[in-house]
Amino acid sequence: MISTERQLWIYDVMNKIRCFELKAFQLFQENKLRGSVHLYVGEEAVAATVCSLLRDEDYITSTHRGHGHCIAKGAQLDKAMAELMGKATGYCKGRSGSMHIADFTKGNLGANAIVGGGIPIAVGAALAAKLRGSDQVAVSFFGDGASNQGIFHESLNLAAVWKLPIIFVCENNGFGISVPTWQSTAVEDISVRAQGYNMPGYTVDGNDVYAIYEVMEKAIERAKAGLGPTLIECKTYRYLGHWTGDPQPYRTREEIEDWKQNRDPIKRMRKRMLEEGVTTAEKLDEIERLALEEAEKAAEFALNSPEPDPSTLMEDVFYEGV
Amino acid sequence: MSIKTYAMAIRDVIAEEMRRDERVFIMGEDIETLGGIFGCTRDLYKEFGTERVRNTPISEAAIVGAGVGAACAGMRPIVELMYMDFTFVAMDQILNQAAKTRYVFGGKAKIPLVIRGQQGIGRGNAATHSQSVETIFMHIPGLKVVCPSTGADAAGLLRTAIRDDNPVMFFEHKALYSVKFEVPDDPEFMIPFGQADVKREGSDVTVVANLLYVSRALEAAERLAEEGISVEVIDPRTLVPLDLETIVKSVKKTGRLVVVHEAHRTAGWGAEIAAQITEEAFPYLDAPPLRLGAKACPLPFNLGLENAATPQVDDIVKAVKATLYR
Repeated sequence: MISTERQLWIYDVMNKIRCFELKAFQLFQENKLRGSVHLYVGEEAVAATVCSLLRDEDYITSTHRGHGHCIAKGAQLDKAMAELMGKATGYCKGRSGSMHIADFTKGNLGANAIVGGGIPIAVGAALAAKLRGSDQVAVSFFGDGASNQGIFHESLNLAAVWKLPIIFVCENNGFGISVPTWQSTAVEDISVRAQGYNMPGYTVDGNDVYAIYEVMEKAIERAKAGLGPTLIECKTYRYLGHWTGDPQPYRTREEIEDWKQNRDPIKRMRKRMLEEGVTTAEKLDEIERLALEEAEKAAEFALNSPEPDPSTLMEDVFYEGV
Repeated sequence: MSIKTYAMAIRDVIAEEMRRDERVFIMGEDIETLGGIFGCTRDLYKEFGTERVRNTPISEAAIVGAGVGAACAGMRPIVELMYMDFTFVAMDQILNQAAKTRYVFGGKAKIPLVIRGQQGIGRGNAATHSQSVETIFMHIPGLKVVCPSTGADAAGLLRTAIRDDNPVMFFEHKALYSVKFEVPDDPEFMIPFGQADVKREGSDVTVVANLLYVSRALEAAERLAEEGISVEVIDPRTLVPLDLETIVKSVKKTGRLVVVHEAHRTAGWGAEIAAQITEEAFPYLDAPPLRLGAKACPLPFNLGLENAATPQVDDIVKAVKATLYR
């Protein structure tokens, strides 16, 4: 059972992510934001639920569609939005943009613009935890597309052989850009790939907070007990295009509407919490309103922030300290 | 000073650094009971155990990636690649991840990672196990590139590499492993990066070489001395950072430059040095800078063919004379 406090935390984070993403989309359409921006709208339950079980000292690595993970792992919306706009006040001083946001103080070892690129990095963080004998765990988020990269398979094997405290979280949103999973992937459920690496694999409804929570709890317990990794596949759906300019000829409006109306993770959680009397409609309305407000403020902060000074261009290529 | 092989110089520094700092650990293929196929980790597992001297599966990309992650998470990993040719298997993790992480994250990350291993000709390992690949890593910003030509340089530079908070590509040479050198015993002996070493002083022609080719350049210099030609031999030791100043100073004295390396001549690091020297010291040059490097073919297996593909001492002698119009 998820505590009331934690349910409200998850609900809050999902709303923040959605408001942040929709604001970013609007800014992109208004030409105030450039570059490759991959939005997480529709998939919020995965990041919010998984991260609700992590502490600051636990590690994550994320993907090109990484804003949600970043926010769920404790990022401030204003600094994240400033980074999306390439501003000096952004998380990475405007050098990273949408696809490489990191915040080491919150254990976020970074979004990663290479599909599958972050998976072995999370394995390394889990190895560090094991070598230190700490109880930290690592989570690697990646998509269905990444599960066809060689590095996914190498990383799962390595983590299993070394019994590392890591959870591999696959967000299967059904498409690798335009290519449907059935056309690119030899298995229907990516979780069956866990068998090849002698670890538990679960497929869950990635739009159901409670289903994700249940398997994630088990996976963390296993990791901390020194039993090794788990692969969790969360089946979900992105409402917007692969990137902000995607014309989406590969799917129908009806399909998108069906997911929005009938399987939306935020609506579903709200309904269940109210049915079970976890909280009141007023409380949830308040959370939604504050999330919207925070996203608006984040945009305002980002718009009013200074551009990076070109004199800083060559800083941080190397660490120069002693 | 002790007399020891280049391989043992490397092994001893790894051991000393692991004793000194418990965050240092090493992982790679066959490094545990076998001690690496060239013996650079021989018996280390007996002292440090198999957690810190870790055999890995044959998964170069994952090993390097795990090194990046462990470094981000506060450890100081050394990744041994059996052949530096295998960096190509792990290129995304080296060039897209290790090299860029600190910069794209706005300077928040430190990546104290050493990726080390041997490369080059000399054992008949053919096309995919005999290459000299250091130039590639000089082209992508964010990596330090180190190439020791002696046991002492290997020891001093490796210690600096392990204590550096940046990713370091450390290129050893397979034909040097069994060569014996004088190596300082001081467990704090370090050679700073970006300090070229003048291996022989001379006044007529400057020859810049690295790794195995330092000894070949010295052999050529010896022969040329008999003909009254005085050659200065410089080993840059690190390509990133590069000590151009020492080379410029030498060329201002000699007016002539030959760069010789085992890496392919086409777009090899010698081309970069020749270009930079042309920019910095053009008025002092009495002849165009010359470059010697492996020919533009894969390294062949047959020894005669391998020799034909790579610069020989005779070639260095001829090139030096050519800069003197002799």
